[in-house]
Amino acid sequence: MRTTRSTARSTALAATMGLAAATALSACSTPAAAEVPGVTDDKVVIGTHQPLTGPAAAGFASISAATAAYFEYVNGQGGIHGREIEYIVKDDGYNPANTQTVVRELVQEDEVFAIVNGLGTPTHSSVLDYLDQNGVPDLFVASGSLTWNQPDKYPNTFGFNADYVTEGAALAQHALDTDPDAVVCVLGQDDDFGEGILQGVELVVGEGEVATNQTYSTADQDVTAQLGAMKEAGCTHNVLGTINGFTALAVGTAAQMEWFPKWHVSSSGSDYPTLAEYLGEEGTPALEGLVSVNYLPNSPSSEWYELFSQINEEYNDGAPYTGNTTFGMSVGYQFAEALAAAGENPTRESIVAAVESGDLGGNGIAPLTYSADDHFGHRTVRIAVVADGVQDFTDSAYEVSDAGATAVEPEQAPLENEGIPATE
Amino acid sequence: MRTLDLKSEGTKLLLRAGLLTLLALGATFLLDPYRNYQLATSAGVFAAVAGLTLLVGLTGQLSLGHAVLMAAGGYGYALTATWVAGALAGAEGEVADGVVGWLLPLLAGVGGALVASGALGLLLGLAAARLRGPYLAGLTLALVIALPSAASTIPGLSGAQGISAPFVPVPDTLAALIAVEQWHAWLAIGVTACAVTPLVALRAGRAGLRMRAVHDDETAARLAGVDPGRVKTGAFVISSLAAGLGGVVLAIVTQQVSPGAYGLGFSLLLVVAAVVGGLGSLGGAAIGAVLVTLLPWVVDQATAGLPADLGHRLQGNLEIVLFGVVVIVVTVLWPGGLSRLLRTKKRSKKTQLSQNTQLFQNTER
Repeated sequence: MRTTRSTARSTALAATMGLAAATALSACSTPAAAEVPGVTDDKVVIGTHQPLTGPAAAGFASISAATAAYFEYVNGQGGIHGREIEYIVKDDGYNPANTQTVVRELVQEDEVFAIVNGLGTPTHSSVLDYLDQNGVPDLFVASGSLTWNQPDKYPNTFGFNADYVTEGAALAQHALDTDPDAVVCVLGQDDDFGEGILQGVELVVGEGEVATNQTYSTADQDVTAQLGAMKEAGCTHNVLGTINGFTALAVGTAAQMEWFPKWHVSSSGSDYPTLAEYLGEEGTPALEGLVSVNYLPNSPSSEWYELFSQINEEYNDGAPYTGNTTFGMSVGYQFAEALAAAGENPTRESIVAAVESGDLGGNGIAPLTYSADDHFGHRTVRIAVVADGVQDFTDSAYEVSDAGATAVEPEQAPLENEGIPATE
Repeated sequence: MRTLDLKSEGTKLLLRAGLLTLLALGATFLLDPYRNYQLATSAGVFAAVAGLTLLVGLTGQLSLGHAVLMAAGGYGYALTATWVAGALAGAEGEVADGVVGWLLPLLAGVGGALVASGALGLLLGLAAARLRGPYLAGLTLALVIALPSAASTIPGLSGAQGISAPFVPVPDTLAALIAVEQWHAWLAIGVTACAVTPLVALRAGRAGLRMRAVHDDETAARLAGVDPGRVKTGAFVISSLAAGLGGVVLAIVTQQVSPGAYGLGFSLLLVVAAVVGGLGSLGGAAIGAVLVTLLPWVVDQATAGLPADLGHRLQGNLEIVLFGVVVIVVTVLWPGGLSRLLRTKKRSKKTQLSQNTQLFQNTER
């Protein structure tokens, strides 16, 4: 009995080993070259990770819908180099653990050409190394963390947003320009976002000159303690490195304290329609005079805005038009432009080279600045103010360098060819 | 005579563990990279569930906070491994490129993880020895809820963003043969084997017997000279160490540790895995671990075909409903868990009991 069993077992073992060896030689997971993943004769497949559920969904879920609508518009006009763009959107619920899973799905199961506009600092940080190891172009990350600007370490990663330091510096400079006696304070998220904004503010007001720097965690339920401390410190101008939900929470909490300081908010958390929805009818008046920065043509007077509104009407079931719509469609335009510049037969190398070439113009309030040494495209931001319930640009814009923020004239990229990037 | 028996038992156990590990390693060749990633994840979850099922099944202590112990292991691993890797890179540039470059940080990281999860487990275990049933469950539950705040308060843990763990590259000798995911699956299987094998030995030996005795009747156990407090604390520490190694596996595979990965939902899923597999059964723990890793993915695939709006609403919610259903169905149909299905012949309880009593007498003599 015993011998039979052990024979059976060793046979099974031998069979397994043999099978294993056979598969090792044939199938195994070694990467095969030749074909470009995600690119066929009539299609380019790209993917993204976005918070469609969970706490961040309310503020950001509409971005990917807008991007998808823009791609549908492009596909309807014949695509780029005759290829349609297929945009796979995966939900990560703004949880880094989920991001790791869905991005692996995109790269290994769906075999995408590139990851485009992965959203969030904590989420995207968790897949940065993975994408780098697999040589996947990581284009236009939806976050302004300086992490994305490390061309030596992550040659395929490019940020989309104006980086947080740029935004923080411009917001603080604007505060000082409008009121030389301003007491500038900072409320920031407890990650690269808040730290970047603080760094930018300190660049302008001087290190250690911020009256108080408060932080919150996205898991927090309220920010009463933080705002209490800020009120105590006598802040007149609060620079916020907060996402939409927490901007609304901060403004709403302060209003309840009968405290009405000036709010200077990063582009990531200052979308007026979204904030108004959070605050409801009663809370909305507190948003009056809210100062924010933007680098995209998010102004009803812009021709881009007009085109995007039409696309939104036609391809996005007429969803409410917000700053997220402008953001999502601008991302789509920028990717389409990069794909067009990557040549008739795009490869992962050629699209990265196209972005680094510096030839991309984008659709922002100033020409894109991508280069081999700079993986951020928006170094100039324009000030917008909420007046009578409408958020629109003012004429002041700031260009930020290591020396600080300097006032410049905005230089809006023109709309050509009905918003479809030209292919030569 | 008895010592000889024990020795052969030990050898048998090691042989079995080695064989199973080899089989698992061989199986990685049959899987594509994504499946290997899933296998590695399940292995990490398995280590934690194995520790949990032993704790609940043998000593009756219900911990709802094993995710935090995993996180402790993950943080311990990431911090130590990063530190050692940094020191190596700084000291000798050449050494850092070779095998030592990844092996030393890995081993140091595992050590760090054991210290971190063991220390937290000891603290919890000391409390556990004095708390019963719902109170211990409540304490461990509170721990899970406190994790995000703890991560943002304790300096060096970087809040919700988490910290990164060093990447363990495929050794040059294997680079032509296997991809990163398969290599990580190997490491995961190795670490998990190191976590689970001692549990098997413990369960079969004196320690397991003492745990059962304490679970059945504390007074009787005390009369027999077994200190319930010590046994309970010890069980908690051992269980924590296994969970910590599970955290190491997830940190190796994802190169990241963040509180979001170890939330309340995940912590409860560990309990679900233990219950569905069968409390106290390590084979059941393996089934449970695979189930909780794969079910969300299956649901995701199933809802992918649905209209976007409905799909998004179901995502993240449907699997929770499904897990609820699975727990209810399993508890009603097979109260002993799915591991019962594995067993071809059931040993009658009577013989098992008499064996135990005999062993117990031998042990205490």
